[in-house]
Amino acid sequence: MSADQLALWYLVAAVSFILALKGLSSPPTARRGNYFGVAGMAIAVAVTLALIYSHSKSVLPIVGGMVVGGVIGAFVARRVQMTQMPELVAAMHSLVGLAAVFIAIAAVNNPEAMGLHTPITGLHKAELFIGTFIGAITFSGSVIAFGKLAGLGKHFRLFSSAPVVFKGQHWLNLALGFMAEQSEWPPFIIMTALAFLLGFLLIIPIGGADMPVVISMLNSYSGWAAAGIGFSLDNPMLIVAGSLVGSSGAILSYIMCKAMNRSFVSVILGGFGGETAAVAETEQKTVRSGSPDDAAFLLSNADTVIIVPGYGLAVARAQHAVKELATKLTQKGVTVKYAIHPVAGRMPGHMNVLLAEAEVPYDQVFEMEDINSEFPQADVALILGANDVVNPLAEQKGSPIYGMPIIEAHKARTVLVNKRSMASGYAGIDNPLFYMDKTMMVFGDAKKVVEDLVKAVE
Amino acid sequence: MTAGVDPIVFYLTIFVLAIFVGYHVIWNVTPALHTPLMSLTNAISSIILVGAMLAAGSETLDWGGWLGVLAVALVSINTFGGFLVTQRMLGMFKKKEPKPGDKE
Repeated sequence: MSADQLALWYLVAAVSFILALKGLSSPPTARRGNYFGVAGMAIAVAVTLALIYSHSKSVLPIVGGMVVGGVIGAFVARRVQMTQMPELVAAMHSLVGLAAVFIAIAAVNNPEAMGLHTPITGLHKAELFIGTFIGAITFSGSVIAFGKLAGLGKHFRLFSSAPVVFKGQHWLNLALGFMAEQSEWPPFIIMTALAFLLGFLLIIPIGGADMPVVISMLNSYSGWAAAGIGFSLDNPMLIVAGSLVGSSGAILSYIMCKAMNRSFVSVILGGFGGETAAVAETEQKTVRSGSPDDAAFLLSNADTVIIVPGYGLAVARAQHAVKELATKLTQKGVTVKYAIHPVAGRMPGHMNVLLAEAEVPYDQVFEMEDINSEFPQADVALILGANDVVNPLAEQKGSPIYGMPIIEAHKARTVLVNKRSMASGYAGIDNPLFYMDKTMMVFGDAKKVVEDLVKAVE
Repeated sequence: MTAGVDPIVFYLTIFVLAIFVGYHVIWNVTPALHTPLMSLTNAISSIILVGAMLAAGSETLDWGGWLGVLAVALVSINTFGGFLVTQRMLGMFKKKEPKPGDKE
């Protein structure tokens, strides 16, 4: 195969990746999009394999490696639970990062095999460095993120979901960043080691609440790492695919930051998300609490009900019960809709997947901006395991969460809130929604309460 | 006109244009599919499999080559796992209530 043919096939693959992402613009086209992605990958792998075969005939180790990895990957993909998606994605990012480092080391060891000149030119060296650097940060950062998400903090303090910060850490980070930039020799090893360390230190101080941003950011890094390797190997397809992934992750980080009303810098500097409710006002306010039967009565007599699910719902594994409740209500002629806040889950779009898994039709599920205008006409807003994202304090100047976009559940005629206790959410502040006259609290485990609601609605 | 231009300039051109394409395509992705988007982009970033294959495909398989093989195995987890889990998730997004008689 000529170099031109190879490049053209790579172009086809790159275009397939663009079409794959384009497919995700709506659920009906999404599966076709995924097929485009598979096709692009298959083409890229096939022509590369053909190229290697024509050079060295040594394809068996490659195929062997692919089979081993493929079997593991397929197994994991089948077995993983949807609540574990954030961990899975973090783990996979770390693999891309690590592989980028390995490739770069292999390229330094034997440049000719990768189609590079020996000795490697200064420019290629710099490109390899960048690729490795980002790859190493992606790896170690993702490992920490994975540990935090998987709740390994009980066993290793390093993985504690609370921010781990030590004195002067940010200065150390800065110094490491500088050293990594400056060092000339022995460049490769030192730089890679520093980048690994930097990745650890970068993610360790970030708390559990900021994980959606962290995952998106590492998603972006893994893309830039691929693009960096693409530059060093003179491979435009890698550059295109890497940039697509890189910009995707960057946009998702931006969306998540905006939804949490946090600046990207403050997330990276860390230290948030672990503070416990230190300044809970002790002023006695009365809440109206009711039984599931009272709540069921309100629900069955409503015309429109908007369900606001939070991560607490997923933790209690109550999605299926909620779906059952919605079906019952629909049969009684009640219009049921779901309102999803961008940070309702542990990663972007997580709640949508969790609801989809419970067979909630996606045309009943609405994004925050699309449904907020409907709350004033809604009879009941049913809030399940959500807190900060429905806190009307966000509209009040001077409150710690002022400016954060919220689901305007407080505008509904009646508000039903299910919570386990009156404990405050991640932001550690009280929620006036719970004390409003039109609010009724139903305390208890989300799954138990929703199941009781289902029975009571009969 | 392009004679004498360093290839890096072309790559830079491709890089910048690809970022623009990415920017516009990604903003069009519906927020409901952001999790599948992440797993799909994750699968796509395993395109560095190509680099790993080149490293693993050298004629004499020295330690660097074996490192490449290891990289191939690691990234293949992503390639296969990423696309399969995306497929699995997308399969869950259904529009209508499934009819009682329907079987998956």
